[in-house]
Amino acid sequence: MSALDPTTPSAPKWAGRAWRPFALTLPALLLLAAVIGYPLLTIVLRSLSEPQWGAQNYVWFFGTPVNLTVLQRTFVISAWVTLVCIICAYPYAYLMTAVGPRVRLALVLCVLIPFWVSGVVRTLSWVILLQDSGVINSLLRSAGFDGVRLIRTQTGVVIGMAQVLLPFMILPLYSVMKGIDLRLMRAAQSLGARPSRAFFTIYLPLSLPGVYAGAIIVFILALGFYITPALLGGPRSTMLSTLVQTQVLSLLQWGRGGAMGVVLLVATFVLLALAAPVMRSRYREAGRR
Amino acid sequence: MEMKPLTRVILGLVCVLVAVWLVAPTLVVIPMSFNENKSLAFPPQGFSWQWYQNFFTNPDWSSSFLNSLKVASIVAVLATVLGTLAAFGLDRMRARPATVLRMLMLTPMVVPGVVLAIGIYAVYLDAHLVGTLTGFVLAHTILALPFVLIAVSANLEVFDRRLETAAASLGAGAVTTFRTVTLPLILPGMLSGLLFAFATSFDEIVVSLFITNPYLKTLPVQIFASITRDADPTVAAVGTILFCATTLLIGGGMLLLGRERKGRL
Repeated sequence: MSALDPTTPSAPKWAGRAWRPFALTLPALLLLAAVIGYPLLTIVLRSLSEPQWGAQNYVWFFGTPVNLTVLQRTFVISAWVTLVCIICAYPYAYLMTAVGPRVRLALVLCVLIPFWVSGVVRTLSWVILLQDSGVINSLLRSAGFDGVRLIRTQTGVVIGMAQVLLPFMILPLYSVMKGIDLRLMRAAQSLGARPSRAFFTIYLPLSLPGVYAGAIIVFILALGFYITPALLGGPRSTMLSTLVQTQVLSLLQWGRGGAMGVVLLVATFVLLALAAPVMRSRYREAGRR
Repeated sequence: MEMKPLTRVILGLVCVLVAVWLVAPTLVVIPMSFNENKSLAFPPQGFSWQWYQNFFTNPDWSSSFLNSLKVASIVAVLATVLGTLAAFGLDRMRARPATVLRMLMLTPMVVPGVVLAIGIYAVYLDAHLVGTLTGFVLAHTILALPFVLIAVSANLEVFDRRLETAAASLGAGAVTTFRTVTLPLILPGMLSGLLFAFATSFDEIVVSLFITNPYLKTLPVQIFASITRDADPTVAAVGTILFCATTLLIGGGMLLLGRERKGRL
């Protein structure tokens, strides 16, 4: 921070008192404790105490093949979604840095327009577009690909989820790519490197921090997805969130549902903890450049 | 960067496809909303306004819309006040505790929706908050808080604190300094935080699905119920109305901002 040292005599009088800043954050922290902290604690406690105290719900979760299949599927679908997002976002973000201001505005609008309409409505559009008699299937049929099923399959879920999450990949990628000095590429080419070589040895490594940042956000958000898989998926593409909901709302098994929720929560935070140091060092490298 | 013409064409083509993929689901609801039959189909058949009429006259739809407006407005104000206070506190704290507290306050963004939803549902069942305005407002405020915090913090980072010192040295009290110097400078961050908070609440579905009851439904809950129950094209009409309203708001905002900037020059 470039601001003055708070102990400098000319700083505002109240800046020196250490408790003031904490007091300002207190209302937000109290609400956080009441509406996030306490509920999550309740879920952890219920997963350990219902019907009796013990780890029975976790034993049940990891001892039931169906649960493990769904857990694995949740990770596989999230990985696919992340991969699709990287592949689609990379050229798009690059183009955003390479075009004039007018085209860039159009490209930015295309990224933001999905946010203008409620997420549920967009998922509904996917249901209509992907259904067996829908536009995409008739296009595929006329192109000679008959009998492709999209709705209620994993492919359909991945298409819908990737579309929702794509902006979260494009925006960090764009902000990193914007800062890459394109003269480096020109220098490489003037020294005799072919464009592809210049890309792979210079541009790609410099843009990786953006890829990491986007991939982590997309993967973590994908793990917790609920609405899209519920509406676009079928029984063979159920994700963990749906299972949690069924246990709690339909079967009233708070202990089991809670245990599943805790597994999902722990997976999310472990991933974040693993990713944070990598991302920080990558960003630092990019900053040092 | 020098590119071969072929690479350039392929890049352009890929980006057009991605753009269509991004935009298509938002735009297909517009023609679907004018469908004549009571079915959701694309491409639609015939033309009618009946689904718009249904949205404004059917109490299920109009009351859930009003509920959403009410909840989102309260949430926007509440989250902006709490988020701005917190952003100030974090900005003026030593670096280490500030980092920890900031991470803590951003957790609502990464906690999986359903896990949070069952937790809040469990607590609300005990506290009799299911299906109440207070319940919705509390839950949505905490989900909107990170967006306000990020927006205002970004503004505070480029804020030159010497301006406050200057005001104080010229004899302004803490309140006057805040009102005449600090507030106008961070107002853009607060406004974008307000907008994000409103949008977050207006669009929130996962937690809302759990804490709703037949007496208090928000618009996304009503949309979800309608999708899972039948193929009512009113959903498409709602989507179109929201799309047009947002376009008007954003377009108007951009025009206003542009005029203001020109006026200052």
